[in-house]
Amino acid sequence: MFDLSGKAALVTGASGGIGGAIAKALHKQGAIVTLSGTRADALEQLKAALGERAHVVAAKMDDAADIDRLAKEAEAAMGKLDILVNNAGITRDNISMRMKDEEWEKVLQVNLTGTFRLTRAAMRGMMKRRFGRVINITSIVGVTGNPGQANYAAAKAGLIGMSKSLAQELASRGITVNCVAPGFIATPMTDALTDDQKKAILGRVPADRLGTPEEIASGVVYLASDEAGYVTGQTLHINGGMAMI
Amino acid sequence: MSDIAERVKKIVVEHLGVEAAQVKEDAKFIDDLGADSLDTVELVMAFEEEFGIEIPDDAAEKIQTVGDAIGFIKGNAKS
Repeated sequence: MFDLSGKAALVTGASGGIGGAIAKALHKQGAIVTLSGTRADALEQLKAALGERAHVVAAKMDDAADIDRLAKEAEAAMGKLDILVNNAGITRDNISMRMKDEEWEKVLQVNLTGTFRLTRAAMRGMMKRRFGRVINITSIVGVTGNPGQANYAAAKAGLIGMSKSLAQELASRGITVNCVAPGFIATPMTDALTDDQKKAILGRVPADRLGTPEEIASGVVYLASDEAGYVTGQTLHINGGMAMI
Repeated sequence: MSDIAERVKKIVVEHLGVEAAQVKEDAKFIDDLGADSLDTVELVMAFEEEFGIEIPDDAAEKIQTVGDAIGFIKGNAKS
């Protein structure tokens, strides 16, 4: 089950906690992976840890030309692109009353526009080969909202609507487009929270613990597999029961 | 140059699964040959590959009939 041997995958934001786990999991299932992100040294470290079947193409997701280059170089390195995991994302949290235009725009630019551009660039080859898996990492807050994250929640909700539209456009070509929506996951980002903050969060999680990046990666592996070929336009929530939607 | 017309028609027949007799120069891909919008994108991709040319989006949007495609390719083909 879920054998990805011979499949070629591109993971953005692969230097982060969740992105790294996704890349490792796809690789473990046999896929060739291209790691993308902005921190080239962290990507090279991950590549070295993976060994064979791994490539690095650093790129900035707020730069249209860089995104086109990323798609081309990833396809050139792997010979094709079957699985695209749009995981790159940033936060610029602030209450809306104080949110600057730049904070709003930057988050939309990277998390939503960048994802659209990269997906569009990847579609051509997928259409030709009649196979593709696009998996967009959204967030629970894209569905529930979150104070202080109007920009992030808007971008993540946007990804869900975008994915449903793309799913309808591309389904007849063997390309599926789905989202994975993590809840609170143990990463360097959540490590920065105070104990009180963590306690408050866990009070809302029936599983009474943070999730792990590997638990997100498992969902991605499933959606990337041949077995998930009839699943498209969906959002898989992995959140310990924090929201049941 | 008539070779180009034949090659274009062959691609259309193969891609849309229509009869060669239907693929007249004034036949519209969408209205007459049953293509959907995604088919037209794929046809353009197939023409690009066959003739080694690049068909920009604004030009691709104007290619609505078999004759439009032949005309564009004749005007832009390298060989």
